Amino acid sequence: MKMLRYAIVALLALSAPLRAELPIQEVKSPGGLTAWLIEDHGIPFTALEIRFAGGTSLDPPDQRGVVNLMTALIEEGAGDLDAQGFAEARDDLAANFGFGAGIDSVSVSAQFLTENRDQAMALLRSALINPRFDAAAVERVRGQVLANIDSDAKDPGSIAARSFDRAAFGTHAYGSSGDGTAQSVAGLSRADIVAAHKGALSRDRIFVAAAGDITAEDLGKLLDDLLGDLPATGTPLPARADWGLKGGVTVIDFPSPNSLVRFGHIGIKRDDPEFFAAFILNEILGGGRFTARLMTEVRDKRGLTYGISSYLAPMDHAELMLGQFSSANDKVGEAIDIVASEWARMREEGVTAEELAATKTYLTGSYPLRFDGNGPIARILVGMQMEGLPIDYAQTRNAKIEAVTQADVLRVAQRLLQPDALHFTVVGQPEGVVSKP
Amino acid sequence: MLRRYVAPILLGAFMGLPAVADEVTTFTLENGLEAVVIEDHRAPVVTHMLWYRVGSADEEAGTSGIAHFLEHLMFKGTDMLAPGEFSATVEAQGGNDNAFTSWDFTAYFQRVAADRLELMMKMEANRMRGLILSEEDVRTERGVILEERNQRTDSDPGALFGEQRRAAQYMNHRYGVPIIGWRHEIEDLSREDALAFYQKYYAPNNAILIVAGDVDPEQVKALAETYYGPIAPTPGLTERLRPAEPPQLAERRLKMTDPRVAQPYVIRTYIAPERNPGDQAQAAALTYLAELLGGNGTTSVLAKALQFGEGAKAVYTSAFYDGTSLDLSNFGFAIVPVPGVSLQEAEDAMDGVIASFLEEGVDPAAFERLKRQLRADEIYARDDVDGLARRYGQALTSGLTVADVQDWATVLQAVTPEDVMNAARAVLDRNKAVTGWLMREEAGQ
Repeated sequence: MKMLRYAIVALLALSAPLRAELPIQEVKSPGGLTAWLIEDHGIPFTALEIRFAGGTSLDPPDQRGVVNLMTALIEEGAGDLDAQGFAEARDDLAANFGFGAGIDSVSVSAQFLTENRDQAMALLRSALINPRFDAAAVERVRGQVLANIDSDAKDPGSIAARSFDRAAFGTHAYGSSGDGTAQSVAGLSRADIVAAHKGALSRDRIFVAAAGDITAEDLGKLLDDLLGDLPATGTPLPARADWGLKGGVTVIDFPSPNSLVRFGHIGIKRDDPEFFAAFILNEILGGGRFTARLMTEVRDKRGLTYGISSYLAPMDHAELMLGQFSSANDKVGEAIDIVASEWARMREEGVTAEELAATKTYLTGSYPLRFDGNGPIARILVGMQMEGLPIDYAQTRNAKIEAVTQADVLRVAQRLLQPDALHFTVVGQPEGVVSKP
Repeated sequence: MLRRYVAPILLGAFMGLPAVADEVTTFTLENGLEAVVIEDHRAPVVTHMLWYRVGSADEEAGTSGIAHFLEHLMFKGTDMLAPGEFSATVEAQGGNDNAFTSWDFTAYFQRVAADRLELMMKMEANRMRGLILSEEDVRTERGVILEERNQRTDSDPGALFGEQRRAAQYMNHRYGVPIIGWRHEIEDLSREDALAFYQKYYAPNNAILIVAGDVDPEQVKALAETYYGPIAPTPGLTERLRPAEPPQLAERRLKMTDPRVAQPYVIRTYIAPERNPGDQAQAAALTYLAELLGGNGTTSVLAKALQFGEGAKAVYTSAFYDGTSLDLSNFGFAIVPVPGVSLQEAEDAMDGVIASFLEEGVDPAAFERLKRQLRADEIYARDDVDGLARRYGQALTSGLTVADVQDWATVLQAVTPEDVMNAARAVLDRNKAVTGWLMREEAGQ
């Protein structure tokens, strides 16, 4: 069967990576709002993505959870419609709306049919501009948020994240859950929610992308109608979050046959000149794919976990390099040791030429595959704007990947990977693993 | 022979929308391999999927988990590929690959640039018959699936409770056994078990090829003939007749407590009919029933009655049904009470709402709204060609045909409020249900 094998190699060599040449238009509305658009008239609907920078990081310290509760209430009654009336109107139009509160932004996602676009956008506008925050809706949704907080308190992944974030960022908003605590959420008033709405959804922090069955001209008009009446400015963004977590292990007792482990230390900024080298470094070390080093060592060779990965998390006010896995209580100690030793090995040796070449082929080859539908395209375009990338980024991104050398990766490995600073937060009943220092 | 379906998804009557076409071509190779090609030329991407008509419900007693274990082992080596080389090759092409196992199917897929389809097909065809397993591969991978069970099931009281509920629901059918397997049986799964299962079921006459994306059906057929065509079928594969359920004569009830439970809840599932070839009307009516009763957190019958107002009993309610199943499916309700309301009160309130619904019938406005939404869903679904591919794969491994998949939107549009009420009366019988309470373990108990 040797011949077949050679045939595969030949095919590999012949296929050049695809290039992502995307016809992204920058649309300026008459009123001065900007959006990125890819027109595709093949399916009669539009996907629209809106982001407001800030998100739950705008919560006043004594009102933790208010942006989250406000966001959950946007769809619970607006204008002359109560919560049920609003849902019926939305469903009558067969439109889909989604609202989310993240640590750095509030997101609004909408998909609507071409046929009734104006009505769908009028309904969405009323939710964004004139939400009612009826007392009954506030109490009902507050109950749902409290139920989520209860569930998180029994969820190993949430327990680990809370502990890790608190130790890392202290009293900064990044140090606690954007959902708030049972106590802080119970204390939120309607006035707090109204103020959060005014402060979090404003025109000075807005990013918009659309994809699908809409022209640039129609999108421009839509932007002004939909967003033009939002306040011009909102709550100032928070300061940078200082990092306070030292290397070591924190064990949190939790009754389970498994221990969940969250690990990490300081990461790297998205606009750092060495970001691409760091990105490739992480992909080889802990990318979620089967060929990454952590997956190979912890899962494939030893069967210690079902899955393990690491990732770079450049946020607006801090940067992290994080990872997560879970292992049986009697095996988790061995798995932690392997993560630590792979961290150190990568710092010392960097990556091999083969690893670098294979990872470049993967990253450059997979990039164009992401743009496969109106929904995914709109999400990518709004994400690019949030990251401050230029509109032609998709054309230059693969060249930046290709330019990274083994020496670049080694240099960034020695800067980024700090085995002594790596902290492991372990939730479970691990055998032979104790908190230190 | 290529058969091309351009099924208009009947949108004409709805708000003047143009009919959108679902471009699907089918063919069957001489060795029995069936193929479905779904064209979407918007992006230069293809998803290549191979679905086997075998899942955990086809396992022999005592070897639970073998279908899923074999799925993992298929990423080890073959007579052409070293262990791990399959995925490494896909990734080197910029692609992603994975696999999944259910009660009725096992499926493998790769998502790559459209011009890499041939390589994917060559490798997938090779692994249909060329798998090579070492004892060491089997030992470490058994560790991985035990970890998977730890992580997904044993660490999650809701998942453990779900296993208990299904075991009570299906007394005789293998749907009552978890896909991943019972832990004590996983621990004993051997290399021989995996190979026997592989040799019996992994064959062209037991497989469905689905290729979706920027491809030409003629070209896909030529490639399929080249790579899958030479593989000999397994002789004597018989129809999938699993042990049938005896009539359920008594209500079944379960209670489970676990200290890790944050939100106690009541869940009830009734045995319910599934979609059958040429006979999907009752499943369509049950699809409406689930949506109307509990498919929407704001406007469904359960949400309106139990989640709103001063005396709201529930923080969450839902109704659910999936008709795509080879054998008997189930229809369910769940309710999470607000703090201070007991599970008994919550269950009684839920039963009260169901009883009123059976008396009062369907709200015509809600029915029409849902009907329009189901029609529009067909438009939104076309944005996700991977989702369409899964829709066909799941249906074809559940005993349905391509025509059934294409008729489904029409069958849904033909449902009447009377059909919904008839289906409700036929299915919502507590003597054909399992009711479970998942409770928090209180201190001192």
